[in-house]
Amino acid sequence: MAHEPRTQTHNDERFGPPPNPQGRRLSAQEEAQLPHIIAKPRARYAWAAGIAISAFLEGLKRGKILGRKCVGCGRVLVPPRMFCERCFRPTDEWVELPGTGVVETFSVSYIDTDANRVEEPILVGTIALDGAPPHCGFMHYFGEVSPEELHIGMPVEPVWKPEGERVGSILDIRYFRPRGR
Amino acid sequence: MIPKSDLRKPRRDVAVVGAGMTVFARRLQETGKEMAWEAAKQALDQAGLTLDDVDAVIVGTAPDAFDGVHKKGEWLLDGAGGSGKPFMRVFTGGGTAVMTPIVGWWHVASGLFDTVLVVNEEKMSSVRPHAQSAFAHIWDPILDRPLKPNLVWIFAMEMQRYMWTYNVRYEDIALVAVKNKRNAVGHPCAQLADPDITLEDVLNSEPLALPVRRLDISPPSDGAAAVVLTREEIAYELTDAPVFIEGVGWCIDTTMWTNRDLAFPKFVARAAKMAYDMAGIKDPRKEIDIAEPYDPFDYKELQHLEALGLAEPGEAAILTREGKTQRDGELPVCPSGGLLGVGNPIAATLGIKIGELYWQLSRQAGPRQVKKDARTGVAQAWGDLMQFSSVVVMRRR
Amino acid sequence: MAFFEPMQKATEPRHWLGDMEADHYFYGAGVMGQRFFEALRDEGKLLGSRCERCDWTYVPPRLYCERCFAELKELRDVGLRGRVKAFTVVYVNKQGEPLDPPEVFALIEFGPNITPFLHKLGDAPPERVHVGMVVEAVLKPPAEREGKITDIRYFRPI
Repeated sequence: MAHEPRTQTHNDERFGPPPNPQGRRLSAQEEAQLPHIIAKPRARYAWAAGIAISAFLEGLKRGKILGRKCVGCGRVLVPPRMFCERCFRPTDEWVELPGTGVVETFSVSYIDTDANRVEEPILVGTIALDGAPPHCGFMHYFGEVSPEELHIGMPVEPVWKPEGERVGSILDIRYFRPRGR
Repeated sequence: MIPKSDLRKPRRDVAVVGAGMTVFARRLQETGKEMAWEAAKQALDQAGLTLDDVDAVIVGTAPDAFDGVHKKGEWLLDGAGGSGKPFMRVFTGGGTAVMTPIVGWWHVASGLFDTVLVVNEEKMSSVRPHAQSAFAHIWDPILDRPLKPNLVWIFAMEMQRYMWTYNVRYEDIALVAVKNKRNAVGHPCAQLADPDITLEDVLNSEPLALPVRRLDISPPSDGAAAVVLTREEIAYELTDAPVFIEGVGWCIDTTMWTNRDLAFPKFVARAAKMAYDMAGIKDPRKEIDIAEPYDPFDYKELQHLEALGLAEPGEAAILTREGKTQRDGELPVCPSGGLLGVGNPIAATLGIKIGELYWQLSRQAGPRQVKKDARTGVAQAWGDLMQFSSVVVMRRR
Repeated sequence: MAFFEPMQKATEPRHWLGDMEADHYFYGAGVMGQRFFEALRDEGKLLGSRCERCDWTYVPPRLYCERCFAELKELRDVGLRGRVKAFTVVYVNKQGEPLDPPEVFALIEFGPNITPFLHKLGDAPPERVHVGMVVEAVLKPPAEREGKITDIRYFRPI
């Protein structure tokens, strides 16, 4: 019993310039014949928020956006961290930010998290927060704005869930909308 | 303070003497090991070496979650030829494609080993319904994932910021996808080669997360690639035209991606500076003849060319529009067809970055061979949470 | 040094619960695995691939010799009979619950210079199992075989 050879020596003049691959994509019919095992992963996780982000989430519950100041470099880190990765020292104090900012960048997404198509595009982006260093902030949705209006540099503000519905989650902010709308 | 030693001075010169790769496509039939072996065997055959000549083996492969096995490096071991030898796995996300040859380089340059086999493999078809399920876990579970993000978003946002900051037109970015998918026509491993693709095809392709459309993205894929590295004296015994690794560099930016300037990848520029300094390159625009920057998205090729010092920020799109980055242009870029044309089995793109530079610089690239007499080239890869880059400068002396 | 201050309330640190969304994995048997399982299913045979240079046979077969990297083209039927090279008696299942009766798993060698093969022993009281014991594969009836390792029910002592 023997099978067709699967590699070729490049230095053999019968073959073209490298590379000289052998395999191919199989047809759906051929794929259906392949011996295989299907297995379902059963991996459950509890992801810790950590000290800084736990306090940040508590802040969101109270309708506040909190940062952490490093006196070494003077930066206010948002999302907050208990250490400054640049100065490599503990950060020093909690700072409440006004919550407003500008659109740092955005996307008009016609696909959801599972790559399914959505009719109404999801407006998503990052917000450069007032009171934080340039480019610094977090990702969130945009609302009360059309895809055509949305632009980089647009001043925005958070729209909070009612206090009773807030649980200490990034989703306690519903979305950011153009400031003063 | 103790002065720093000249850390970047390698002890020995290291050359690439062989490369191999498999077809990039959905490969349900072969196991990852079998693909790794096919690529590794080709590379050794091309070098005229056997496994007995190999002193150590480096394997590169991305998250275990793709294949659904733990310790994927060890799992691939026998197909990569590492059984019974010094062996290590390297993983720096997409940057693995050019990082494993850097690790192979220091194994030889340091004097520890003479000949090293570098094998990268990726199988993205094992995880169902889609590799996206594994990708979802690169997002922060507390701050990002409750927003139900799609991986494409992060690239869409980066692309948007890049276009806005440097006033780059989408039409020019899309030309990169056209160029690379056409270049891939000459590549026997290509998954998405298309000789007839036009700019309109890209502009009218399905909107995913705007500004990103379907044809702006390289396809997920399965495949493997390998290169053989050896010290100078052995290289000259094996071939008249070894291609030397003259400089290497790598760098990583903060993981807090919402804190970064997304328009210009400084970490790529730092990795490039390290590699250029080692290679003695002072003016990359004059001294680099050919480039294989990482192009999982069309705009990434442009951003990377700029960070590699081959164009001013915002200028790469103009070079593309003027045809200068075509295979017969002043600076051929991704003559392999790149990830956009050949496919994107993450770590295995080694074959279209380092592999392609080796074949191009040793003038073995056949129908893909660039017109100019290219002697010095740069290859680059990029990955993790769009924060890591690896850069290699190669030269035929 | 707020970093090192103890938490005031146990409820303060938050966490998120979640799953890996991957629904399932497709584990293919590979080029040689396919030949192995097809022969097992259709012919009731166990195949190995032999490297002539190294005089070494892989069971199940591999496409290449991991020692010399040669492509292995020759498949040989290694028979259904072998010897126990090593074994373990298992008294608890994966969840740690007692197994009664206990199960015996063994590495089985089909001859000299052949890689050992892992499977379960059956009709084999643990006190009788020993290294060197001759065992034989008990296959499912042809109609029930699906091209899986469980097409072999177990190996039993002769």
